[in-house]
Amino acid sequence: MHLIEIRDMYKIYELGDEPVHALDGVNLSVDDGEFVAIMGSSGSGKSTMLNILGCLDTPTKGSYLLDGVEVAERSPTELARIRNEKLGFVFQNFNLLPRTSALENVELPDLYLGHLSMRARRRRALELLKRVGLGGRHSHTPSQLSGGQQQRVAIARALMNRPPVLFADEPTGNLDTKSSIEIMKLFTELSQEGITIVMVTHEDDIAAYAKRHIVMRDGKVMRDDHGEGGMKTTEQVSQLVKEALS
Amino acid sequence: MSMWMIFKVAVRAIFRNKTRSLLTCLGIIVGIAAVIAVMAIGQGAQMMMVKEISSMGNNLVMVFPEGRGNGPVSGGMGQGQTMTAGDAEAIKKELSHLVQGVSPQVRSNVQMMYASKNWAGNVQGVSTDILLISNWVVSEGRFFTEEEERRSARVCAVGTTVKKNLFNDEDPIGKTIRLKNITFKVIGVLGSKGANNWGQDQDDVVMAPYTSVQRYLQRSKFNNINMMNLSLISMDDLEEAKREVGALLRQRHHLADYQDDDFETRDTTEIMNTIGSVTGLMTVLLTAVAAISLLVGGIGIMNIMLVSVTERIKEIGLRMAIGATPANILMQFLLEAVVLSTVGGAVGVAVGIAGAEFIGSVKGWPILIQTGSTIAAFAFSAVVGMFFGFYPAWRASKLNPIDCLRYE
Repeated sequence: MHLIEIRDMYKIYELGDEPVHALDGVNLSVDDGEFVAIMGSSGSGKSTMLNILGCLDTPTKGSYLLDGVEVAERSPTELARIRNEKLGFVFQNFNLLPRTSALENVELPDLYLGHLSMRARRRRALELLKRVGLGGRHSHTPSQLSGGQQQRVAIARALMNRPPVLFADEPTGNLDTKSSIEIMKLFTELSQEGITIVMVTHEDDIAAYAKRHIVMRDGKVMRDDHGEGGMKTTEQVSQLVKEALS
Repeated sequence: MSMWMIFKVAVRAIFRNKTRSLLTCLGIIVGIAAVIAVMAIGQGAQMMMVKEISSMGNNLVMVFPEGRGNGPVSGGMGQGQTMTAGDAEAIKKELSHLVQGVSPQVRSNVQMMYASKNWAGNVQGVSTDILLISNWVVSEGRFFTEEEERRSARVCAVGTTVKKNLFNDEDPIGKTIRLKNITFKVIGVLGSKGANNWGQDQDDVVMAPYTSVQRYLQRSKFNNINMMNLSLISMDDLEEAKREVGALLRQRHHLADYQDDDFETRDTTEIMNTIGSVTGLMTVLLTAVAAISLLVGGIGIMNIMLVSVTERIKEIGLRMAIGATPANILMQFLLEAVVLSTVGGAVGVAVGIAGAEFIGSVKGWPILIQTGSTIAAFAFSAVVGMFFGFYPAWRASKLNPIDCLRYE
């Protein structure tokens, strides 16, 4: 059984006269422990796909099995529960609660889940902050942290409820090169620990950290490289994208 | 998410925008404060009126002869000539199971003189029961006795206003004053009662035995009286007492079945009822004003909450992305509105009470703050928050997480 399996998925936006096919019959499966980069130019449908995979959006048509359970046609409340328990999100613009300490930001997912006692929740949040390298900064608010640090808080938050899969939408899009490398190293470590990561990016050097590369155009998967030949260099990734889109 | 956590989130959001929250509350504060203050003043006034009415008499029922006149000419109330002191005695004797005191009353407006001073005033001829009936006390000297009443003694007790105007600082006891040039001996001074509800000075009075007033001041051929004051044993028997007094008087006045009563009874419950209906109307008007001001305050809350939802749309999106259900979001914003309105309500209650006390002390008005209506006003402010907070909160909960996250 695949962790993620989508079959014949369509997402059609009725904008103006002609319907736009953001996803045009996509079939895809992701197994436990994979580190996937979804690539493509803007408008290729990669973000739409990530949002549907992340249960933030619903497809127009098609089936989505998450951990063997169909989630394509669930109510908003059920989707919220799934996001809370099974999925972690990392956004391009971090999306931390402003004027709220790093610790409280990390604790937030469990406040909605309510599995832990106040003390256990705090302990876990502190552990996670230490894990992402922000041990001493738990009382800082987002405005007191750099971009890279904010993204690390966001990653700690995404891990709070121990989700099996982490979705990242251009996680380094707002970061400088040095911070980007640090974040990608963190992702690599998490992947080695067994967490499944699905990341959207249009940067070849960032995509090079992933093992598997999916290239999209016009709502279709053009290339799905499982990386049998081992880790790729940035140049190899560029080559792969160029081939896929030619 | 537990209610307590949601509550903490709501309170934090309110404190983040202190000025705006305060301004939002202001509508509710003003509304509730106005209601509390006006109610306190209104109920204080009502309490005062009720107190004054009960000071008129002790379970008081007044019986007036009705103006039947002769032929087509009808007199006014109290001008009929059919009621006599005998009626009063009959009531006292035969209805003693209902009535604890009866006093006939005859009035005479006279010029009073003592030494070089004179004063125009009202002499009331009454029986000794009047002390019990009208809650009078004698502050100096004594009241007249039944014996003096029987022999029409020329003795009288004066009210404090009369005392001041005729005697100034002199001790009036034992002095002789002239009423219509007839000499009366002052034997007592009545304790002050102040003005009644209609602003009439109740202390501007001289009380003498009704027999003496009839004999020396009215000098009437008839022995009719102007009215009777009755004190019932209990106000619970009011209807029965009125019925029995009526039957007795009809019998004594030889009225045939087809004839109307030649008397009329009045009691303070009628006046109380009038006051009740006036204050009832006032309450309705006040409630309307309060409802309108709270409506305006509520709309203010709704307005701000709608702005707040739009402003925090990214936060809503983020919370939804990490697992907040629509119900969580609804509760968060609803609670925020309710906290705003109840804080406004609580401050409003405090401001209202302080305002009422202040106005009361400046103007010298009595203030009555009722716990029940205060709690009701406070509870209503919470209801307002819930009602007007619901639509913005509902709108927030219906948002699509992806639209929120993408919102620019």
